[in-house]
Amino acid sequence: MIGADTIIQGVLLGGLYALFAAGLSLVFGIMRLVNLAHGDLIVLAAYLLLVVTTALGLGPFVALLVAAPAMFVIGWTLQRVVLNRVLGPDILPPLLVTFGLSVVLQNALLEGFTNDSRRLRAGPLETASVDLGVAMVGVMPLMTFASAVAVILALQWLFYRTELGRAFRATSDDPVTASLMGVKPASIFATATGIAMLVVTIAALFLGTRANFDPTIGPARLIYAFQAVIIGGLGSLWGTLAGGVIIGVAQTVGAAINPEWQILAGHIAFLAVLLIRPRGLFPRAVD
Amino acid sequence: MSDVTTYSVTTRTRASVVAGLIALALAVVAVVLPAFASRALIQDLFFILTMLSLAQYWNLLAGYGGLVSVGQQAFVGFGAYMLFGPVILWGLNPVPALLLSGVFALLLALPTAFFAFRLHGAYFAIGTWVVAEVVRLSVAMWKDVGGGTGTSLPREARSEMWGVPQIEAMFDVRTSAAQDILAYWIALAVAVATIGGIYAFLRTKRGLSLAALRDNAEAARSVGVDAARIKWTVFLIAAFGTGIVGGLIFLQNGRISPDSAFSVIDWTAFVIFIVVIGGIGTIEGPILGVLVFFFLQTFLADFGSWYLLTLGALGIAIMLFAPRGLWGLISEKTGLHLFPIQRRLVIGPGRDR
Repeated sequence: MIGADTIIQGVLLGGLYALFAAGLSLVFGIMRLVNLAHGDLIVLAAYLLLVVTTALGLGPFVALLVAAPAMFVIGWTLQRVVLNRVLGPDILPPLLVTFGLSVVLQNALLEGFTNDSRRLRAGPLETASVDLGVAMVGVMPLMTFASAVAVILALQWLFYRTELGRAFRATSDDPVTASLMGVKPASIFATATGIAMLVVTIAALFLGTRANFDPTIGPARLIYAFQAVIIGGLGSLWGTLAGGVIIGVAQTVGAAINPEWQILAGHIAFLAVLLIRPRGLFPRAVD
Repeated sequence: MSDVTTYSVTTRTRASVVAGLIALALAVVAVVLPAFASRALIQDLFFILTMLSLAQYWNLLAGYGGLVSVGQQAFVGFGAYMLFGPVILWGLNPVPALLLSGVFALLLALPTAFFAFRLHGAYFAIGTWVVAEVVRLSVAMWKDVGGGTGTSLPREARSEMWGVPQIEAMFDVRTSAAQDILAYWIALAVAVATIGGIYAFLRTKRGLSLAALRDNAEAARSVGVDAARIKWTVFLIAAFGTGIVGGLIFLQNGRISPDSAFSVIDWTAFVIFIVVIGGIGTIEGPILGVLVFFFLQTFLADFGSWYLLTLGALGIAIMLFAPRGLWGLISEKTGLHLFPIQRRLVIGPGRDR
């Protein structure tokens, strides 16, 4: 039966998808770059967390403090060394380079970690739950959703209340004029990708603690992230959260009807939104 | 009678005439090849020819049409399933069923384009991928063709294909070898028709509009090019061809499953690397690319994921340092174009009109 329980689980799952999508949305908003390796970078971060937890014997939440700065550096370097070279009016080079990167990352992870399923252990938190009155919900899904809201609030604050955010917005609007004002687009882009990788690491933490992962699951995460961004409308972070929730609810409702329909239901919800509102629910940017 | 200077517009060059003659000779050799080639060589050539055709269609989309699709596996897989379905369920002969592969892929392309064209640039790419996933998940629920685990073509269906008994008699080979030869001949015909068809299309008025759109969309629209119509045309042509090739690949394979038929690595990633390494936006590029790809695969396939890693890294390096691919490097150095589509004005010494 589809009850309040199913819907709430779906909403909370949507928080995870919004976390997947926030980094994608941020990078697209600033440099109009769609990173096809985004899903694989989430998986890379999950493996990084796994290595840190096993090597240093830390819990996954503490490991985040080690892995996130490392991912920032990876993102910064990737943007600076590779992606900045392919930005431009032609969309082909960035698409093909990030697609190649996706294949490279997947196979490097396969080589390093085999295709065994792995999981981040969060101890008693994994099974803890609270009674919300209408339904019992897990503490981890609640924390995932809360983190998604916190990440979006933090990104909004960064964008509209800080000097760096002003530089982001200026570069997004007009990189040439921004560079006349002393903003260096190349380094702004690198910082933006670095920040996106911080968000990716948080997403990876919740991906790895709530379910198994292996090197091949990246592309599917990219698709969910992309659907959340498009449903929400380009350039709107709260829209992205709404988009994630719609995909999440569609999936849990689909799964409640027939387990085979879980993923398909999410895709169909996406196509339905695309049919009715091609520019998403809360469009801000024009691509 | 006086000499009048005449003007004519042509795309023909000496190199293109020579290339055309060589291509013709190669095609003739390729047709008679099964008479003396080993079965392994025929199978390798089948693989090369089918990948080449897929690469040409993707190149038509991305290189000429600016439509970067990462969802072409939708048409490969759907084409293949639309061959398996009628052959298994209605006992249709697999050879004419190939046409169904193309027609159904074309029908699938209509709703796909309807949705995906609402998205632009990079989002179009992922949109086509979503459609491919929807088709894969839907086909996995089709229990008559094995659902999620897949199924095989009945033995008789493949051994009684049109032409197989005749080939057995002609070359005095066993049924399985005759099937390989038939599949190879069809692959050869499809590859020749694909290259010839795309080349002919690019030289038509509509092909010229396509090139104009790619080079400068605003300027092209200002002289009356209907962008939407061209995009639809290219997308539908590519879907039809990709569907037939998909049907053919799995007809030769004999076995199908949703994961293999809708594999983004096999039918889109490899194809993208072939085009990028060879040279995007040229007909020569995919031909060169598929040869490089085949040799890489022959030497590196035993290394498993290292092989894909190398291929991906090579693709990235080419995109960064030689975005026009190997053929781009060659034609820059030599000025050579084997399939020229650039129209040149030839001012001839006069002949009377």
